[in-house]
Amino acid sequence: MSQVQSYFSQLDSIDGELATLNLGPTHPATHGIFQNVLKMDGEKIVSAEPTIGYIHRAFEKLAERRPFNQITPITDRLNYCSSPINNMGWHMTVEKLAGIEVPKRAQYMRIIVMELARIADHLVCNAVIGVDTGALTGFTYMFQERERIYDMFEEVCGARLTTNIGRIGGMERDFTPGFHAKLKDFLKTFPPRFEEFGRMLERNRIFMDRVINAGPISAEMAMNYGFTGPNLRAAGVDYDVRVMTPYSSYDDFDFIIPVGQNGDTYDRFMVRQEEIRQSLKIINDAYANLPEGAYHADVPDYYLPAKDEVYTKMEALIYHFKVVMGEVPIPKGEVYHAVEGGNGELGYYLVSDGGRTPYRLHFRRPCFIYYQAYPEMIKGAMLSDAILTMSSMNVIAGELDA
Amino acid sequence: MNLSNELVLARFEQEFPGVVKATETGIDGILAVEIDREQVADVLRKMRDDSVLQFNFLSSLNGMHFPQNEGRELGVVYHLHNWVKNFRMRVKIFFPISNPHVPTLTGVWPTANWMERQEYDFFGIVFDGHPDLRRILNVDDLDVFPMRKEFKMEDGTRTDKDDRFFGRDGHEGRSFD
Repeated sequence: MSQVQSYFSQLDSIDGELATLNLGPTHPATHGIFQNVLKMDGEKIVSAEPTIGYIHRAFEKLAERRPFNQITPITDRLNYCSSPINNMGWHMTVEKLAGIEVPKRAQYMRIIVMELARIADHLVCNAVIGVDTGALTGFTYMFQERERIYDMFEEVCGARLTTNIGRIGGMERDFTPGFHAKLKDFLKTFPPRFEEFGRMLERNRIFMDRVINAGPISAEMAMNYGFTGPNLRAAGVDYDVRVMTPYSSYDDFDFIIPVGQNGDTYDRFMVRQEEIRQSLKIINDAYANLPEGAYHADVPDYYLPAKDEVYTKMEALIYHFKVVMGEVPIPKGEVYHAVEGGNGELGYYLVSDGGRTPYRLHFRRPCFIYYQAYPEMIKGAMLSDAILTMSSMNVIAGELDA
Repeated sequence: MNLSNELVLARFEQEFPGVVKATETGIDGILAVEIDREQVADVLRKMRDDSVLQFNFLSSLNGMHFPQNEGRELGVVYHLHNWVKNFRMRVKIFFPISNPHVPTLTGVWPTANWMERQEYDFFGIVFDGHPDLRRILNVDDLDVFPMRKEFKMEDGTRTDKDDRFFGRDGHEGRSFD
């Protein structure tokens, strides 16, 4: 407990009366649609009751009605801070089900795109932690960098936020010259700017006093609450899907899984900072060793043919029709595939009965699972710490409510 | 010692004789065992505490609805993960829709709390012993369980996108609206 917290914990409420405070659903400090009904004793939180579901869009039901390639745009809207990771996770799930082998080049391209998305995701989270502690400057600079990552996504797929990037079987197109130029520029100019941001906060006494011991969680509790991703690693458990069950050739790369100790806001911040550096390293390695070859597997049953061929060639037209109408052979069976999303293990449990759509698709959404520990984590803390805890957990409304 | 599907099954036979009703290996190579719903909380607790199995992490749980399987229409699939040996498996239970009661796992993993609320919300599966079984994503006064297969996505007047038009038999109990 920080000095301030222990001071407040010594104080009893004057007349034993608790105040009820409704935080949210639309509150400028909560970065999304979250409601918490707080019981307050002075400025100390006695209990919290979260209400979620404000932007529920029935994705699991929608997915039962859509052909496989039309589910990708749904996954965009889960964790919309790192859509490409969700997209790739979905592609890989279908590839696992259909037994598609993706060429090495496409795998490396996916890694580059996914790690860029992870950087964007962590940048937003860490920059916002800065904002919530009163340091707006870093936020503006880091959002500029995020813009550049979105520019690169635009080069790859044409979209920025809800990317629908990649296809079942590979990528939709090879990296464009514009992407190469932007990525090279990014890899050169981003690290010093990012380190500047790090210097502003990482060892800043004011910042550290503010965030150390804010919203801590022990490793055991974090595991029991189903934590994954940076929030779990901040508590000291080195679980990372990229290492535990490597997908898309992550085992080709050498990187460190940073872990924290106390699972508090500072550790979550620092774990994300280090993960950004590791992601940069992975991107550098992948880009330097980008294999030659095809950027998609030769699977006309699943992979949308190029548009100019659709307009000129009969076969491409037929396959285009079949893919769009969902008339592709899909085996019966079930697969679970997990990727390391921005917030942790993003799992897809897909049950297929051989039909054109999934029979059942369940998203394991890390936010939804770890947000239930939030009341426990802010019990006894002050209101401003609760805000910090929420932003450092990187709770994304889209992923929370699906 | 690394785990394999065979080792896990052998350990099951040793620790919980007669519990496994059926086994199946998914396309992803993950072993799935079906057990009785009455035993699910006990078996999963023992799987967590067992020195060999060590399934310490509940990855996810989700409901299922198969209207054509009479007497076992509803189901719950638990995804377990052993982080020590990095091994995943599934546990499945099936039960009639007329009696959708399942023992809760909240006493084993607190994370089951919201997961079970979600499946209650969408499938109407009642988790007995759950401390706070309310709807979680849908509005409180919704009176249906929308993920059940009888609820169609679009209006019933649409006749396109019928599987029979595309040389398929369609799927039992399931038309595309």
